[in-house]
Amino acid sequence: MTTLPAYDEANGLDVVPRRVSRKARGVDAVFEHSARAIGASVLVITGGVGLFLGWQAYPTLSRYGLDFFTESRWLPEEDVVGIAAVLTGTVSIALVAMTFAFPLALLTALYISEYAPARIKSTLVAMVDLMAAVPSIVYGLWGYLLVMPRAGELAQWLHANLGWIPFFDIRGTDPDAAVPDASRYLYSSFAAGIAVAMMVLPMACAVMRQVFSQAPQGEKEAALALGATRWGMIRSVVLPFGRGGIIGGTMLGLGRALGETIAVVLIISPTFDVKWNLTEIGSNSVSAHIALQFGEASPAQLSALLAAGFVLFLITLLVNTLAAVVVNRSRSGAGTDA
Amino acid sequence: MTIQQTRPTATGVGLPAGTTHLPQVDDDAPPAVPRTSIGRPSADEQLVQWGPWLSAGALAWLLTQQLLPLPGLAWFVLAWFVLGLLVTAVLAGMHGGSIAVRDRVAASVITGGALTVGVALVSTVGFVFWEGWEPLLHLNFFTDDMAGVGPRDPFTRGGIAHAVLGSLIQLGIGLAITLPLGIGTAVFMTEVGGRFAKLVRTIVEAMTALPSIVAGLFVYTVFILTLGQPRSGLAAGLAIAVMMLPIIARAADVVLRVVPGGLREASLALGASRWKTVWHVVLPTARPGLATAVILGSARGVGETSPVLLTSGAAMFFVVGPTDGAMNSLPLFIYSNVRSGEDTAILRAFGAASVLLVLVLLLFVVARLLARPPRASKRRRFSLTPRGGWAQRGLDLSRANPGSVAGAVRPAPAPAPPAPDPAFPIGPDDRPTPPQEPR
Repeated sequence: MTTLPAYDEANGLDVVPRRVSRKARGVDAVFEHSARAIGASVLVITGGVGLFLGWQAYPTLSRYGLDFFTESRWLPEEDVVGIAAVLTGTVSIALVAMTFAFPLALLTALYISEYAPARIKSTLVAMVDLMAAVPSIVYGLWGYLLVMPRAGELAQWLHANLGWIPFFDIRGTDPDAAVPDASRYLYSSFAAGIAVAMMVLPMACAVMRQVFSQAPQGEKEAALALGATRWGMIRSVVLPFGRGGIIGGTMLGLGRALGETIAVVLIISPTFDVKWNLTEIGSNSVSAHIALQFGEASPAQLSALLAAGFVLFLITLLVNTLAAVVVNRSRSGAGTDA
Repeated sequence: MTIQQTRPTATGVGLPAGTTHLPQVDDDAPPAVPRTSIGRPSADEQLVQWGPWLSAGALAWLLTQQLLPLPGLAWFVLAWFVLGLLVTAVLAGMHGGSIAVRDRVAASVITGGALTVGVALVSTVGFVFWEGWEPLLHLNFFTDDMAGVGPRDPFTRGGIAHAVLGSLIQLGIGLAITLPLGIGTAVFMTEVGGRFAKLVRTIVEAMTALPSIVAGLFVYTVFILTLGQPRSGLAAGLAIAVMMLPIIARAADVVLRVVPGGLREASLALGASRWKTVWHVVLPTARPGLATAVILGSARGVGETSPVLLTSGAAMFFVVGPTDGAMNSLPLFIYSNVRSGEDTAILRAFGAASVLLVLVLLLFVVARLLARPPRASKRRRFSLTPRGGWAQRGLDLSRANPGSVAGAVRPAPAPAPPAPDPAFPIGPDDRPTPPQEPR
């Protein structure tokens, strides 16, 4: 039986509301403060890395100024240091990678979300995730020993048949010679880009698939009920809905492609000239440059390498932030209640 | 037939309104044809799907291998694909308009793209195992180190046990740092919140963009050059930790954010403190997701070569102490053996790569198993993505309070210690207490 609280006639007016405070007490205070401490320490560690890079990069950047970005040679002994060549190499490798990865990721994401039989769908999703977990050195081996010879043959064919496009022209060789110089077509940005494409493809694909799978079911069914074919439904519902995911996933992949090291180090033969014929021997990237140069670097050189790393980090950061903004905007309203 | 009696004498005219008329039966109509199944394509349609590809295959063989000077598998496959699209388009155009043509061609292109990716993945994994099977046949490959073994020595000598051990030690150091810090930060960002948490989240998300080589260069500059420490397993572990920390913190943050707010509010409304809410409600609900985040982060950490390349040095023998100088690891072993250019060394690298792949695969399978809800046989499997999977898991209230549902299904005399629930294998103390059943 429920008893109502007795109303005390004499002291009735002394009843005051319980004091409610948002301030944590006891265990909660300990929890809150320790959580805050952990957060602060992580902030110090991760933020410290960024600040340290900026601090170390400053002397180099102030010494060489804009020349650091326009100079393509890297001759620390002669006090000539610049990242124009490695930066363009990084960008061209990433662009080759995205040329392969973007259409394949888009098609795979569409296949998994719209065409695959329901039975194998989860297996396919797991395969894509597994592909993302394969170490980059394995893709490096694959790219170096399996893909590069084939890519060289393709480059040779392109030179012989499409050589009038300056893009595929390779200086210093004659494709119609009796024994063409095959090594001129190897160790190129093109071959490295294919290996990097394998690394960024699953990332881009996962983001795209996730956004496609959130396309409103009702609208998809409505399109089909109005007589659209499956492709018509994809074009009118899934692709417009997933546009943000397509752009964002591609940019996330691009961010990863810019920072990829080991596959590039394995495949390219380092050079320091800015060039646009991607199938020609010799290329470079910021990360590969760091990996190859850090060993014999003097403190001043190390600062230059750190500056190069800092610039790379800023570019990746920019690309990733844009990607995050685009993906988040595309999902507005579709979130959970958290 | 009984229906014939109800056949109206005059059609529609002069009948009283409001009566129901049964449909007329036409005795002269041909017998009914069994309805076609809508769900399954008929034999015709299946032939329309596969036929073009058969004919295109034959045509491609004729064109590339017999008529044109384009020998080789690559040309054949390319010609097959292009001709297949062409024949598909023509066939679709024969009994449908341009819409049907576009639909069929789009389906073919999309399937072709997915197949290409599948072939690339299979070729990667298959190539590594195909090249690396020879050293894998020797038992000493798994139990020995490379002390005193030259790059040209046969596979009967030397092994990669030291690299495996080094990888595990370095991963252990990395995890010992990132696990508490990463998950602690995620808890701070989602459960405590505030302006400071937003700042932390921004910085952590920004640092996920840090290229792994730069993380290695950071540890190399600070730990090895400035502090004067030798290259060691500890340095490599630190580099891996710097690389993994933002990744794991961010993934854990995403997982904790999809825990439904209703669960937290229910716990707080029942009088639990915030700490108890986190420990007994939020973390157990997010446990599979957290495990997945951590394991996928470790898979990334164990396979990453560039931070290790700068920080660990490469020993050819067993090194157990993290501070005892140079220590090898699997990615570094693979890298240095491939760079050496010796055929035997390259095959050894492939053997080591197979072992690394198996290691990553094992981590991955464990992650999948943990991410799957228990009693998965009755439900559909979830993908590793947090949306849907984890959110649904969180919404499943029977798991947040196992006693309420499980007690009802169980036979009448419910045993006092509930059966071990796979959702809470941490220990009986971590399990939310089921409500007392009336006796």
